[in-house]
Amino acid sequence: MIRLDHVDKTYRTRHGERVHALADVSFDVGENEFVTLVGPSGCGKSTLLKLVAGLTPVTGGAVTVRGAVVSGPFPDVGFVFQHPVLLPWRSVLDNVLFSVEMLGLDPRQYRKQAGDLLELTGLGGFETKYPRELSGGMQQRVAICRALLPDPSLLLMDEPFGALDALTREEMSLELLRIWDERRKTILFVTHSIPEAILLADRVVVMTARPGRLARVLTVDLPRPRTMAQEFEPRFKQASDEIRRLIFAARRERP
Amino acid sequence: MIARLGRRAAGELAVPTLTLVGALVVWEAATRAFHVPSFIMPTPSRILAEGWTWRYHFLTHTWVTLYETLGGFALSMLVGVPLAVAIVYSSALRSALYPLIVLAQSVPKIAIAPVLLLVIGHGEFPKIVVAFLVAFFPVVVDTATGLAATPPELLDLSRSYRASALTTFLKVRLPMALPFVFAGAKVAITLSVIGAVVGEFVGSDEGLGYVILSATSYWKTELAFSSMILLSLMAIVLFGAVSLVERLTCPWLAPAGEE
Repeated sequence: MIRLDHVDKTYRTRHGERVHALADVSFDVGENEFVTLVGPSGCGKSTLLKLVAGLTPVTGGAVTVRGAVVSGPFPDVGFVFQHPVLLPWRSVLDNVLFSVEMLGLDPRQYRKQAGDLLELTGLGGFETKYPRELSGGMQQRVAICRALLPDPSLLLMDEPFGALDALTREEMSLELLRIWDERRKTILFVTHSIPEAILLADRVVVMTARPGRLARVLTVDLPRPRTMAQEFEPRFKQASDEIRRLIFAARRERP
Repeated sequence: MIARLGRRAAGELAVPTLTLVGALVVWEAATRAFHVPSFIMPTPSRILAEGWTWRYHFLTHTWVTLYETLGGFALSMLVGVPLAVAIVYSSALRSALYPLIVLAQSVPKIAIAPVLLLVIGHGEFPKIVVAFLVAFFPVVVDTATGLAATPPELLDLSRSYRASALTTFLKVRLPMALPFVFAGAKVAITLSVIGAVVGEFVGSDEGLGYVILSATSYWKTELAFSSMILLSLMAIVLFGAVSLVERLTCPWLAPAGEE
């Protein structure tokens, strides 16, 4: 579904510095596949998501989605960020409806689906609450509902559980897998937690920093549905050691 | 619940009220005890009595100053908010307008008021212009800050849904900036009162500023004091009105658990 072909990205910061964010990155993501991107800070993970969404242009190579070269934003994408960024003046239901409104669709026709999504994510009964009355985890669920409502075939998630506490984080990971099980989508998920990357993914893309390069793409052959208990299986540990080794080996090479 | 809130409000009000009453009593007693002449420092009771005798005159003068203040405030919002939008959305306009706005702010308004009155002439309009000049700066700066503070993720989100710039502005950026707009408006409304009075000082035959000026030239200090009290009350009421509109338009700003 997504293909990155020798993608290169350099941008200028506000102070005029040139940042080489991504260098020669190539990989594919299949239809309905769950791919996680893991790497240290500054490896261009977030930039990569923006390139796929068409929010910023590549400086070399090409990103194609379903065979078409990405040259700008396209509506078949849902975005979830590290922070929920809900609109504080809107109720939970109206926050979920925000995505279809911005797409220029009639929000009244999506009220029922929005309610169903809230039910699915355990937020049934919270429709009329306001974001400030919700915990961080619940706010992030609302953000996920917002992204899912227009039923995009591609979901881009930028460290969506990064700001949550460890327990909520585990709970949300399993919940995301359950939602993904009910509504299959292609998911590209950025994280800097190695266990999270393995637990969720069909394949893990390991990246190294400055500039962001692809170290390896690992296939996770743990059976689904996944559980937290799998973390103690030797295969899980092997994968996590491998990822750690790839990331830290790259670090040691530099002075 | 309401009773408890009432009791708490009464408790919070008790200390400042007592302080104020205490200060007035000391003032009254001291001016009487030391036989301070009324034209230097009138007693609070004389200020009130004098104010009451002139109440119908004060009604017209208060109305004039209120009119000028509200005119200046309205103008500062009508000009300040669009100016802030222009500055945030266009870097060309920002580099063109920002120096001018800062320059306009740095010129002392009291210094240009006589020139303005000379150019525009008499009546209420020049006072409205002075009030506007004093008040518009915080509106521009605060609104611009608010508009620039939109979380970048929300802008990315809007862009990824290919929403138009107008939709993004109306549904995301403007409501996001509202608390900042109100912060600017609260400063602007009190500055407008000052601006109107400055305008009246320079040349007028009506308004509370005019009353202060002419009362002091006739040694009627208690009249000047009454006028000052009315000006402060006006500023407080107007500030309260802006705060009320803020609470009605941005109910989400109320701290959790208050409703």
